[in-house]
Amino acid sequence: MADHSNTTDRLSPAVRAEALESLLTERGLVKSEVLDGFINRMVNDVGPMNGAKVVAKAWTDPDYRAQLLADGTGAIKELGFAGPQGEHIVVVENSDDVHNVVVCTLCSCYPWPVLGLPPEWYKDPAYRSRMVREPRTLLSEMGLDLDDDVEVRVWDSSAENRYLVLPQRPDGTADLSEEDLAALVTRDAMVGVAKVSAG
Amino acid sequence: MDGIHDMGGMHGWGTVAIDPDEPVFRERWHGRAFAMGAMSMGLSGTNLDAFRHGLERLHPYEYLADGYYGRWLACAETLLVDSGVLAPGAVEARARNLMGEQVTEPADVEENKPSYERGGAGSLREIDDEPAFSPGDRVRAKDMRTGGHTRMPGYIRGHTGTVQALRPAALLPDTNAHFQGENPQHVYTVEFDSAELWGQDAEAATLRIDLFESYLEAT
Repeated sequence: MADHSNTTDRLSPAVRAEALESLLTERGLVKSEVLDGFINRMVNDVGPMNGAKVVAKAWTDPDYRAQLLADGTGAIKELGFAGPQGEHIVVVENSDDVHNVVVCTLCSCYPWPVLGLPPEWYKDPAYRSRMVREPRTLLSEMGLDLDDDVEVRVWDSSAENRYLVLPQRPDGTADLSEEDLAALVTRDAMVGVAKVSAG
Repeated sequence: MDGIHDMGGMHGWGTVAIDPDEPVFRERWHGRAFAMGAMSMGLSGTNLDAFRHGLERLHPYEYLADGYYGRWLACAETLLVDSGVLAPGAVEARARNLMGEQVTEPADVEENKPSYERGGAGSLREIDDEPAFSPGDRVRAKDMRTGGHTRMPGYIRGHTGTVQALRPAALLPDTNAHFQGENPQHVYTVEFDSAELWGQDAEAATLRIDLFESYLEAT
């Protein structure tokens, strides 16, 4: 077996990335501007702000909520969100009785069109290993304590379906506009490791 | 394959910390690795399932050492070398030259992209077969043991659950990753009780996992 742990001569990933880019660009296979554009789209155009709009609309529009739960992909596309890792999006709703939480034990599948790229904690081996085995303990360590009588429902995204959690609307927000509600909705609540608070 | 990637239920990884101020890409190379990883599938003539299998095939040390984008980068290199787009050792030699060493770079090799039929863009496919299972059916996850790619997590092997939903049919990653055909199948969300998977002392929870029809058998 090769000794992969010999770190004295191990190349940094930064220089490997630079080397790969230079090899691909000099062969005309990749343009650096195309990489820039791709990166900019992931940084600026997709992210939890998209999912937050979906959630806020579902909280304020019962017809949209019903449509979203019946056909997540279609209802989300109506708001303009679609693309890679969003071929089939299923929205799962939290209630007083059921708390949903999403993981990908095999890699780090995540609904990019509505949440962007996954945060480090979602890709952490600790999250991937433990969320399916000790979800209550892990959620508690992450700051979410659930009552014993709440069913914890863990979704392991093992195929091409992507899951978005529709969190519960917090009390005390009856007067807020859809836009103000969207500002309360967090990425962590849409993965299911937090609740939305009224601020 | 029974690899480092199949993490569901493993012990020993510690706890999870959330950094509320985490940027999308913490380092410049993270973004470059992500973009080149995404493009490597097209450039190598492979596909998303082959990419996931490329991640799984990394040595466990390489899988973990530089995190998520480190493995994307290593996987991109793997696929490009496998397909003959780059010569083995080309990236390392170029990297050493970029660092000021004087290294001879390997000559280009002949391209060796996989040749196989594609059924369209993406992974979802329309199929005519009747679904073998319906919501409410009791099913067992087969005791499958492959050295190749699969999307059946090891922790459900041999365990029994209940079909909860029929999802859109999709190509089968197990064959598509190896360019052996798409074999589109029905996909089901199957619910397992935590005690069925982890024993009577398990934390109370239900687990819902998306499984291809050929992973399942009637009980």
